[in-house]
Amino acid sequence: MAKQSKKKNKTVNPKLKNNIILSAKNVDVFYGKKQAINNVSFEIPENRITALIGPSGCGKSTFLRCFNRMNDIIDGCKVTGDIRFAGQDIYDPAVDVVSLRARIGMVFQKANPFPKSIFENVAYGPRIHGLAKSKDHLAEIVVSSLKRAGLFDEVADRLHDSGTGLSGGQQQRLCIARAIAVDPQVILMDEPCSSLDPIATAIIEDLMESMKKKYTIVIVTHSMQQAARISQKTAFFHLGDLVEFGDTEDIFMNPKKIRTQNYISGRTG
Amino acid sequence: MPEYSLTTSDKLKARHASETRFRWMGRIAIFISLGFLVFMFAVITVRGIGALSQTRILLKINFDEQLIDPQKSRDPQQLAIANYKPLLTKAMGQLFPQVTDRRDKRRLNRLLSSGASFELAEKVTKDPDLIGTTQDIWITAASDVDLFIKGKTDNNVEEKLRRLKNKEVNWIKQLEEYGKIKKKFNTAFFTKGDSREPEMSGILGAMIGSFFSLLVCFIVSFPLGVLTAIYLEEFAKKSFLTNVIEVNINNLAAVPSIVFGLLGLSIFLGVMNLPRSTPLVGGLVLALMTLPTIIIAARASLRSVPNTIREAALGLGASKVQTTFHHIVPLAMPGMLTGTLLGMAGALGETAPLLMIGMVAFIVDVPQGITDIATSLPVQIFLWADSPEKGFVERTSAAILVLLIFLVAMNLTAVILRKKLEKKW
Repeated sequence: MAKQSKKKNKTVNPKLKNNIILSAKNVDVFYGKKQAINNVSFEIPENRITALIGPSGCGKSTFLRCFNRMNDIIDGCKVTGDIRFAGQDIYDPAVDVVSLRARIGMVFQKANPFPKSIFENVAYGPRIHGLAKSKDHLAEIVVSSLKRAGLFDEVADRLHDSGTGLSGGQQQRLCIARAIAVDPQVILMDEPCSSLDPIATAIIEDLMESMKKKYTIVIVTHSMQQAARISQKTAFFHLGDLVEFGDTEDIFMNPKKIRTQNYISGRTG
Repeated sequence: MPEYSLTTSDKLKARHASETRFRWMGRIAIFISLGFLVFMFAVITVRGIGALSQTRILLKINFDEQLIDPQKSRDPQQLAIANYKPLLTKAMGQLFPQVTDRRDKRRLNRLLSSGASFELAEKVTKDPDLIGTTQDIWITAASDVDLFIKGKTDNNVEEKLRRLKNKEVNWIKQLEEYGKIKKKFNTAFFTKGDSREPEMSGILGAMIGSFFSLLVCFIVSFPLGVLTAIYLEEFAKKSFLTNVIEVNINNLAAVPSIVFGLLGLSIFLGVMNLPRSTPLVGGLVLALMTLPTIIIAARASLRSVPNTIREAALGLGASKVQTTFHHIVPLAMPGMLTGTLLGMAGALGETAPLLMIGMVAFIVDVPQGITDIATSLPVQIFLWADSPEKGFVERTSAAILVLLIFLVAMNLTAVILRKKLEKKW
C-alpha cells in the first residue's frame, strides 16, 4: 500500500470528484453520552488549505481527528456517519488504520518530537512503513523532508542532536518534516502555531503556503487572522455545529449566518 | 486616604510565627528520624566491626609424613580426611613445654579453634609438597580466645563462671608476650559458609544464596511484571475487569510476606514438588511478592510518558505495538528499572517467606546453583541471632552491616539510574 501510493500521490487522483479529497456526511461524535459534533457534513478540496475555526470547545479539533481516526484511541469516543478519503469509507472495519494514517499525516498543537535525534525523528516514519530502499535513500528522504519543512539549513550540522533541544518553532517544523517524510496526501494540523511567537508562526504559515501545491492541508486554528491569511476554504464551528462553510473570502467578508457574523466581528467567542 | 502600614500588622506577626513554628516542627521531625537511623547504624557498626578481624595464633607446624600420609599415596581424598590434630598438639606443646598435665594439654589445645585441623587439611590438600616441611602458620584461635583478645570478656568475674580460666588467660598473655597471637583480617567471614563455630563461620554461603534467589526473582518477576503493566496500561480497554485487576494488584502489594511464603510452600513444594530449601523456590516466592510492586512501578512510569508521544507515533501511522515498543517502553524503562531495583531490594531483606519454604536450615556448603540448598543473608542473620555462642553476636551485626550495605548500594543504583536515563521533553 505504502509503496504504490507514492506514485498515486504525484498525480491528481483521477477518481476524485470535483477534486474533493475528504468528505464528511452526517457525522456525529460522542464522548460517552456527551455529543461533541452534531450532524456535520462538508467536503474538503484537494491541494487547498482548509481552516476550521471557532471558539474553544466547539469541536473543531475533535472533528479534525476524525479524518485520521485519532479519536479511536480515546476511550468512550464514538464516531458515526460517513467520512470518506478519496472516496473510501475510512470507518469501514476493513480499513487499515495504519495505512490511513500514513496517507493522512498530522501535526499537533504542542510540538511533540520524539526524544531522539533530529534524524531519527524524521526517519522513523519512512522506516516503519518501509519507504526507504537503502540507508542512503533514507538519508535522502530525511534531508528532503527537512528541506521542504524549511528546517534543513538550521539543523544541517546537528542532525544527530536531540530533537527536543530545538526551539518551539523549530520543533514544530521538525514535526511537519516528520509528517512529510511518510509522503502523505493530506496533512491535518491541530492549532500548530498556538504556542509559537509571531515570527515562528509567520515561518510556518509561509511553509504551509508552499506545501499546498503538493498536499491538502486542513488546519484548526484559534486565530481568525491566520485563517484569513492562509486558507482558501473556511469552516466555522460553534457548539458542535458546522455553522458555515465556504470560500474564506466569503466567510470573512460576507458571512451569511448571524452566528458567524457575531464571531467574526468579535461579539462572541 | 487611610493610612496603611506595610510593615507592622498583627496578622503578619501571627503568620510569621506560625510559619516559623511549622518550620521548626519539620526540622525536629527530620532530626528525630535521622537520629534513629544514625543511632542504628552506629550501634550495628560498633558491634559488627569486630567481626572483620579474627584472632590467630602463630604455630610452627611440622607436617610429619608419618602422621598425615604414612602410605605416601598423596591421594587428595586421603589427605583431606587425615588426622591433623596431632600436628597442632605437637606445635602447641613446643610453645608451652612446661605444660605436661594431660588435662592441661587438652585445655591448651582448646585455645585453637576446633576447625583448625580442617584449615591444615585444606592447605595440605592444595599443596601436598608441604608434607615433610615445617611452616610458620597463623592458626585460627577459638572464639573464647578471640573475644578475650578483643576485650569482650569480663575478667573480673569469678573464675568458676568464666569460660577462660586463669591458666588459659596466662597462656594467652604469654602468647601475647611472644608476639604469637594477633588479630588478623577475617577473610573467612567473606569466604566461608555457615559453621557451628563462630570463628569458622562466614557469610559467603548466605550471600550466594541471596544472589541466586534474587536472580531467579528478577528473571521471573521483571518480564512478567513489565508485560502485565504494558498490557494493562497500553492495550487493555478500561472495563470492570481491568478495574478489579487493578484493585487486586494493589491488594497483593499489601499482603504480608509470610502469606506468600505459605503460598509458595503449598504450591511450589506441595504441588510442583520443587526441591525445598533452594534459591529456586525462594526466588519464585520472592518473585510473587515483588510482582505487584514491579507492576505498580512500571504502570506509573508508563503513565508518566506524555500522551503527545503516543499521538505522535500513532499519527505517523505506527501500529499500537510499534508505538509501545519503539517509543513508550524505552521512555518508561528507567522508571521500570528503578521500581524493579527497589522491589528487589525489598526482596533481599525478606525473611519470613523464606522461613516457610525451608531456607532456614544450617547449611555449611556454599551453594553452586539455584537447586542447591541454601540460606539467604537475612535468614543467616536470624539464625546467628538465635545462636547461644557469644562469638556470633558480632557476626550477626557484621552480617546486618553487609546486608545494609547491599541495600544501600541497590537503592543508590536505582537513584543514579533514574537520574542518568531520565529523558527530558
